[in-house]
Amino acid sequence: MSVDILMPALSPTMEEGTLAKWHVKVGDTVKAGDVIAEIETDKATMEVEAVDEGVIEALLVEAGTEGVKVNSLIARLSGQGGASPSAPEPTPPPKAEPRALSPSPTAQPVLADPELPEGTTFIKQTVRDALRDAMAEEMRADDRVYLMGEEVAQYQGAYKVSRDLLQEFGPRRVIDTPITEHGFAGLGVGSAMAGLKPIVEFMTWNFAMQAIDQIINSAAKTLYMSGGQIKSSIVFRGPNGAASRVGAQHSQDYSAWYANVPGLKVVAPYDAADAKGLLKAAIRDPNPVVFLEHEMMYGVEFDVPQIDDHIVPIGKAKVRRIGQHVTITAHSRMVGLALKAADLLAQEGIEAEVIDLRTLRPLDHATIVESVRKTNRLVTTEEGWGPMGVGAEIIARVVEHGFDYLDAPPMRVCQEDVPLPYAANLEALALPSVEKIVQAARAVCYVS
Amino acid sequence: MARARKSVEVAKTANSQEDLLKFYRDMLLMRRFEERAGQLYGMGLIGGFCHLYIGQEAIAVGMQSIQIKGDQIITGYRDHGHMLAAGMDPREVMAELTGRSGGSSRGKGGSMHMFSIEAGFFGGHGIVGAQVSLGTGLALANQYKANGNVAFVYFGDGAANQGQVYESFNMASLWKLPVVYVVENNQYAMGTSIERSSSETHLHRRGVSFNIPGEEVDGMDVEAVREAGARAAAHARDGHGPYILEMKTYRYRGHSMSDPAKYRTKEEVDEVKKTRDPIDHLREVLDAKGWADEAAYKAIDAEVKAIVADAAEFARTSPEPDPAELYTDVYLEAAQ
Repeated sequence: MSVDILMPALSPTMEEGTLAKWHVKVGDTVKAGDVIAEIETDKATMEVEAVDEGVIEALLVEAGTEGVKVNSLIARLSGQGGASPSAPEPTPPPKAEPRALSPSPTAQPVLADPELPEGTTFIKQTVRDALRDAMAEEMRADDRVYLMGEEVAQYQGAYKVSRDLLQEFGPRRVIDTPITEHGFAGLGVGSAMAGLKPIVEFMTWNFAMQAIDQIINSAAKTLYMSGGQIKSSIVFRGPNGAASRVGAQHSQDYSAWYANVPGLKVVAPYDAADAKGLLKAAIRDPNPVVFLEHEMMYGVEFDVPQIDDHIVPIGKAKVRRIGQHVTITAHSRMVGLALKAADLLAQEGIEAEVIDLRTLRPLDHATIVESVRKTNRLVTTEEGWGPMGVGAEIIARVVEHGFDYLDAPPMRVCQEDVPLPYAANLEALALPSVEKIVQAARAVCYVS
Repeated sequence: MARARKSVEVAKTANSQEDLLKFYRDMLLMRRFEERAGQLYGMGLIGGFCHLYIGQEAIAVGMQSIQIKGDQIITGYRDHGHMLAAGMDPREVMAELTGRSGGSSRGKGGSMHMFSIEAGFFGGHGIVGAQVSLGTGLALANQYKANGNVAFVYFGDGAANQGQVYESFNMASLWKLPVVYVVENNQYAMGTSIERSSSETHLHRRGVSFNIPGEEVDGMDVEAVREAGARAAAHARDGHGPYILEMKTYRYRGHSMSDPAKYRTKEEVDEVKKTRDPIDHLREVLDAKGWADEAAYKAIDAEVKAIVADAAEFARTSPEPDPAELYTDVYLEAAQ
């Protein structure tokens, strides 16, 4: 009786990894707890331990193989001593089940950016590496720029966004903090007031709730309260929104919270090119910038233009897909869902125009209103809650500036008005989805 | 008190006649300035919250005397005294209190939110305890720039119970940041006495678990403040990290103008005024040394009175901010 050893999922969002090394060979006897392999994910290198006792019968994936899917068969053990025949731990949920979050989108065809020079070449790069490069380039250019946060230095970043920065810039400029968000956010703002340009990484924006006083009361308001004397050129960044099955306290979208505050700029990029260009712009900006990333997007590859200094201006939305029947607005990860929905709608003859907001404050409502004047219909999407949200604000602006052009009441696609549940089926029900966007678009087009 | 007074005897000779006369004048300016602010508040010229520094003058004056160019100070909302000590123009401070265009924040900050980069004064912060993290960040910038400067971070016994104070202590000690924490223990966090709010009432011991040295200082004795301040500043400037000075002091007025201070007796206040007043105390020292006569005191009185009258007049007559100011200073233009 043999036991299958499957590729384990080592994080809530892991879908594949590299089988870096085998510590055993065929014929070896292993017992529970023995390290049998090393697996690299985009976040970390982890050891895999045997769960059952037995003799290695076959190694089915060669060491060094990249892109090994979670739950695929990697080795077989001949069972001994009453070993359990079941699959080894950890056992991730079967992939066939509908999930709250569809697998990370692959690179989407995007409209050529009109701002890029003719003949620009592109490289494939993950959002994670694009963010990293943005920080590295700005740190090379300006000694005042430094990075601080939990695990940003020696650990190389909890999500590996700051990989190799410590090696290049040293501990003066890449600072590991204790777990102390309120404190280090305050230190960051204070150092900005003294003329430095900190990048403060929150391991997730959920933890920045501990620090929100310093972000709003100190960073956002002091320029005004000081009559223009005290400047805070600072970037607060980290992953925002729902990851996968991490429960209510680790799955919140703060877009609307920060976008409500004058004195802050709020940026939420979708693809790697924008992540890079907007982060560079944010670091250079003389104002405090809240930079909302998305954990589910870190590992996704996109085309990034190969130019020396790729800057995307803050405050400009981007039309990602042209259509004449309905305008769909989205930011961050929702852009991918909106583009997928647009593909499905196109099969039904509904051509959706997809607008990537990119910046939430200042909001580029001119681009949205211009689109609605053409399509006369609007669906807003966001991962956060609907009430008083990003969609609510967009609809208010469209009503103010384009009321006469609307042919149907706009609709909001957003998280259900509940804390995000843990159970896979409930989580899927709570979060916005491609299907919900399609349904909303049909509804505003009066197509049943 | 006895302990702190004793430790100071040594240093008293170090202060020159000129130093002591300047301290006397600066403390008196704060006292008269605050009295006038209280008056303007009563007349409705100053709005909102207004927290007076009366009784605590020796701390801001003594600490300022040991600072060097480029050092920063930052405090909470009881900030008028620190601004005057830092050398800000009394006119711009008073006009900010009245919310006029001549104020240091052009009327947009008010009593609790004033700043002067020029004077090294980084506020003026309204959220209790926030200035401790911010000030530790100023120290981080000093270390980053290796500029040899120290950040002086003032907070009260009330702020001493905020969590971010200890988050900051931890990082300041861990990274040996050049910061001096000046706890102005006036014994009441608004209406709650330190005994009713703090499990450890000796606030200079609050750094023990972070390996931050601390000492208790008679905050009503400007020479004691200066002597301890010099020791703390040297410690921080020489790369040994943070230092805590617990200044035992007392505020004569209520927490703010709207506080009748019923949580303490009139006798308690009178006793402090009679026996520990920092200005009276320094006058006794000057008298004993024979360094000032009646004419000298009168001259100082007259000078201070004129400055305060001028500041009040300026604050009364400076126009309100232009309505267009409503929309300025929200964002800085990004460089192209």
